[in-house]
Amino acid sequence: MAQMSATDKIDVSIEHKQATLDDGTAKKHPNTCPGCGSHYRDDELQAHLRVCPQCGHHFPVRSGERIAQLVDPGSFSEEDAALRSSDPLGFFDLKPYTERLAEAEVSTGLGDAMITGTARIEDLPCRLAVMDFSFMGGSMGSVVGEKFARACEHSVSDGRPIVSISSSGGARMQEGILALMQLPKTISALEELQDARGVMLSVLAHPTTGGLLASFASLGDVLVAEPGALMSFAGPRVVAQTTREKLPDDFGLAESNLRFGHIDRIVPRPELRSVLAQLLRLFGAVR
Amino acid sequence: MTSDAELGLRDRLAKLSGVSLLRGTRLSAELERLQRQLERLKEDTSDEAIWERVELARHQERPYTLDYVERMLDDFFELHGDRGRMDDHAIVAGIGKLDGRTIALIGHQKGRDLKERTNRNFGMAYPEGYRKAMRVMELANRHGFPLVTLVDTPGAYPGVAAEQHGQGGAIAHSQAEMIRLGIPTVSAVIGEGGSGGAIAIAVADRVLMQENAIYSVISPEGCAAILWRDASQAKKAASAFRLDAAHCLALGVIDGIVPEPVGGAQADVELAAVLLRESVVSHLRELDGIAPDKLRRARRAKFRAMGVFT
Repeated sequence: MAQMSATDKIDVSIEHKQATLDDGTAKKHPNTCPGCGSHYRDDELQAHLRVCPQCGHHFPVRSGERIAQLVDPGSFSEEDAALRSSDPLGFFDLKPYTERLAEAEVSTGLGDAMITGTARIEDLPCRLAVMDFSFMGGSMGSVVGEKFARACEHSVSDGRPIVSISSSGGARMQEGILALMQLPKTISALEELQDARGVMLSVLAHPTTGGLLASFASLGDVLVAEPGALMSFAGPRVVAQTTREKLPDDFGLAESNLRFGHIDRIVPRPELRSVLAQLLRLFGAVR
Repeated sequence: MTSDAELGLRDRLAKLSGVSLLRGTRLSAELERLQRQLERLKEDTSDEAIWERVELARHQERPYTLDYVERMLDDFFELHGDRGRMDDHAIVAGIGKLDGRTIALIGHQKGRDLKERTNRNFGMAYPEGYRKAMRVMELANRHGFPLVTLVDTPGAYPGVAAEQHGQGGAIAHSQAEMIRLGIPTVSAVIGEGGSGGAIAIAVADRVLMQENAIYSVISPEGCAAILWRDASQAKKAASAFRLDAAHCLALGVIDGIVPEPVGGAQADVELAAVLLRESVVSHLRELDGIAPDKLRRARRAKFRAMGVFT
């Protein structure tokens, strides 16, 4: 070691950099299909509802685009848009939480990881609660919990069924134990809604993991998932590390969850609007 | 915030002094110590002090659920199995007499030697464990037995079979079941309150934490690995999380702190059990006679209000 010269070190670092570049999996362009490698312009992908026309891979959809895909044009009206997270713990990891929040708001244009509001789907009134994975991994903190709880309360008073579309890595660690408390909080509000015979349709998009799966997302009247969506309480990496088991290829995916009886149906994105309309008609909760 | 914690501690202090102090002089010594703790609360939140609690909460001699059952309950009858698939040994459940009447008790159970640890799966339950808990909750509700839960788990088990059997859904349904109960419920975190695995059986009218218990959204190691990308930063993560009892009380997540013997519950298991019993009983007495619907509504309102935002 003592004999190692400065040039040796430089060589090693260059090799190391090239090795990660060749690996290629780390940073693919977001519009390159991980399923088949096809590449699309953003407008092409948008026109196909962000589903790969070649292999059917479902790309992630931002909340605004998701709402546009589902509801009658111009029918969406956002509620409780002004809610913002505060920093109850004064949390600081590599950056302060407040800075992470501000960055997320600037980069996504959203107040937090969920948008709620009233809408119509095939002229049927409903209320949407749509999560956005690009805001801090769609994590659930006090604001996401509050928005969902208020959505339930609005629906108790106006009778609109709730359509929740989840896409979340779980509880927001930066809010500590209060993030965990959003699980019983959302469930409490949902219980009120269900007592009032309100309807909750839960759509699980990729990924719905951790605290989301362990709270309201699992408690809808009907649970449907998008093809290939990961929906597990513990993520595949955690499971592999803890148990050292070899994971099945379809570990935690919607397809496996359907087989084991945890969801009612897998709905490809192009059919989602009509399936939701069918369910809204069947539950007949129109006032 | 600190003043809230202080208020809570004062409240506990008042309750404890109201409790019959007939069990010898040591309890009044505890009172004195609790008073000292009140003074300590303001300064003693260094990384080291918090990490000490993490270590105490995980101490291998720390009393587990069955140690308390043995000392707190008379005539305990353990109930096994979820009536569907299996009996999960990471959660014990049963009925027994506390303070002269039948209650139902559910708690995570860890093991002390290697064999028992494996048998108890280190206190990490499968969905079947939560389904066993749910059927016992339902039984308690049907017969009007108050429910006591003791929380002590690193988290729900992250395994392939656990996922295939619906871990997330089981935790969600267990919380929903607890929210619906029309009986008085008291939960106490007696060691590790690890994330979803803990909250699944901790949605109670009164949630207590032992002085050296911890309650968190993810383990300090897990958090450090994700946010600091370095699991050895667990100490920093633990103090950033404020996972100790005083902070949980200040954040309004728990309703009271149960004092422990000097040096931690493992130092004097008998006294730890006496203190836990007194706390649980006094909270159950306060909840006595409240109509089921009122209990349910108050419980929902309490959890509905949790969180901080602008």
